[in-house]
Amino acid sequence: MAGKSETAAPDHVAAHPRAGQVRLVLIGVALAGLLVAPMFLYPIFLMKLLAFALFASAFNLLLGYTGLLSFGHAAFFGGAAYFTAHAVKVWGWPPELGLLLGVAGAAALGLVMGAIAIRRQGIYFAMITLALSQMFFFFCLQAPFTHGEDGIQSVPRGHLFGLIDLNRPMNMYYFVLAVFLVGLLIIRRFVNSPFGMILKSIRENESRAISLGYSVQRYKLGAFVMSAALAGLAGGVKALIFQFATLTDVTWQMSGEVILMTLLGGIGTLFGPIVGAGLVVSLQNFLATSDFPVTIITGVVFMVCVLLFRRGLVGEFFASKLGRKLGLRSGS
Amino acid sequence: MTMIFGIPVQALMGQLLLGLINGSFYALLSLGLAIIFGLLRVINFAHGAQYMLGAFVTLLLLNHGGISFWFALVLAPLIVGLVGAVIERTMLSRLYKLDHLYGLLFTFGLALAIEGTFRYLYGASGMPYPQPVQGGVNLGFMFLPKYRGAVVIISLAACIGVWFMIEKTKLGAYLRAATENPTLVQSFGVNVPLLLTLTYALGAGLAGFAGVLAAPIYQVSPLMGSNLIIIVFAVVVVGGMGSILGAIVTGYMLGVVEGLTKVFYPEASNIVIFVIMAIVLILRPAGLFGKDA
Repeated sequence: MAGKSETAAPDHVAAHPRAGQVRLVLIGVALAGLLVAPMFLYPIFLMKLLAFALFASAFNLLLGYTGLLSFGHAAFFGGAAYFTAHAVKVWGWPPELGLLLGVAGAAALGLVMGAIAIRRQGIYFAMITLALSQMFFFFCLQAPFTHGEDGIQSVPRGHLFGLIDLNRPMNMYYFVLAVFLVGLLIIRRFVNSPFGMILKSIRENESRAISLGYSVQRYKLGAFVMSAALAGLAGGVKALIFQFATLTDVTWQMSGEVILMTLLGGIGTLFGPIVGAGLVVSLQNFLATSDFPVTIITGVVFMVCVLLFRRGLVGEFFASKLGRKLGLRSGS
Repeated sequence: MTMIFGIPVQALMGQLLLGLINGSFYALLSLGLAIIFGLLRVINFAHGAQYMLGAFVTLLLLNHGGISFWFALVLAPLIVGLVGAVIERTMLSRLYKLDHLYGLLFTFGLALAIEGTFRYLYGASGMPYPQPVQGGVNLGFMFLPKYRGAVVIISLAACIGVWFMIEKTKLGAYLRAATENPTLVQSFGVNVPLLLTLTYALGAGLAGFAGVLAAPIYQVSPLMGSNLIIIVFAVVVVGGMGSILGAIVTGYMLGVVEGLTKVFYPEASNIVIFVIMAIVLILRPAGLFGKDA
């Protein structure tokens, strides 16, 4: 939805010849920052941030690159959190297999929900995903293995590959960071693959893509499942971080939150959702101690984003003169 | 005791009536959504918040102005409709040129902001509203509280009234024409932007009206509309957005189906509407009454 002229900036500012090197340096600085961050900031907060950044990036894969607004991504995020937590706690699986189960479960859920939802487009698609995820919420509320309102508590983090003790905060942090980076690389690879190109063409002009002979429905479903699986990865990681899987993560409010993160950061940019997730999680953390409800601010930020800067923070930066000098474009 | 399919008649009829009452709210709300969507192409996510607003205005009118329920039934929808008109004029109207999804996102933010504000001011717990009509009627198979019976009749009358206005009056003809082709209607000298504002106000007012009716039945609470709206979305998907009458009929129908599910298979009562939605989408993607594919 955002791609149609919203993110397309005029190209009259040529990229600086050394823009590529500058970008590499910037990415290097960001990586170094992530590596040393736990020395200065509370690791749990950072891990939460990374998990939500991955969740928002997975969501953006669908909205930003395929143009499908899912209002039900909490089902994959929270569902995978339950699957991982159950496998690790009740079945005693190691964390890496627990995560895999979460991803597989979210992908399967995505396949079913996606197959139903892609039968309609645009606004209907959003409403259908919302309704289906609400249905999943009620399932989680009643199914015995989720323990209803209590959730699955004291989930053991265990030992990664039987070797690394994830109960130590630093080990856990670097594990989460690794998962986050791998997830991001998968998304980047996916977006820039021929498959991703076809998705973008569907976003830009669906009828044209159909007339060119692409079976659009299959590509949409593929993107939906991929996005669900990665959202599941984020959800599984979150369950391990907090050692807790709860109903909060499957509510529609959570689906709204991830939309806000993506919108705030910049739809259809690789780094936008990360920035957006960082801002939203920090805001929640900041407001957690005051009794002022976060939803008011969330709602107002939503309205302001939609009314005034639909490109999001990163999108606006990319469209600015400096951004274009650096050779940044949406999708990079 | 008389039994049908091994279920006591009292239980069956009771749930049927409860389903009809829920269906009244589904019908009123999906009617408002369908009217707004028809002309503005906006899915009004704030519909649940406007329903809550209607209930709150009713409660506040009673507590601070001593205004009785029956006056509030007229006054509160007007207030909610006015608030809707202001929102449409100042903010929502800027989004018509864009992808329709932005309208959904904007109204979603609006819903969060309104509900958050009321939660901040009045807390999350529900507040009771006194029954406007005391007593009930013994129908033989069950005891029907008078007010609940009145709700079904009032909402049915309101639905038919709105349907009549849209299908049979001149204003309704403008509205239908503008739904088909706004540019052409504007070129005939009809003030389409004003029509859009009025339509949004009408939809919001209908949500407020449903909220007033709901106040004595359910507790008045800031989040009373937030879960309801998702069910109403499913109702709208099942009915298809094409027809006003479709929205009304589907609303009542699904309310009754939900009520019956509570008798025969209570575990599924929360999800039965969503299951029906999925089945309808697989068999008839445009919805039961929808025209577009």
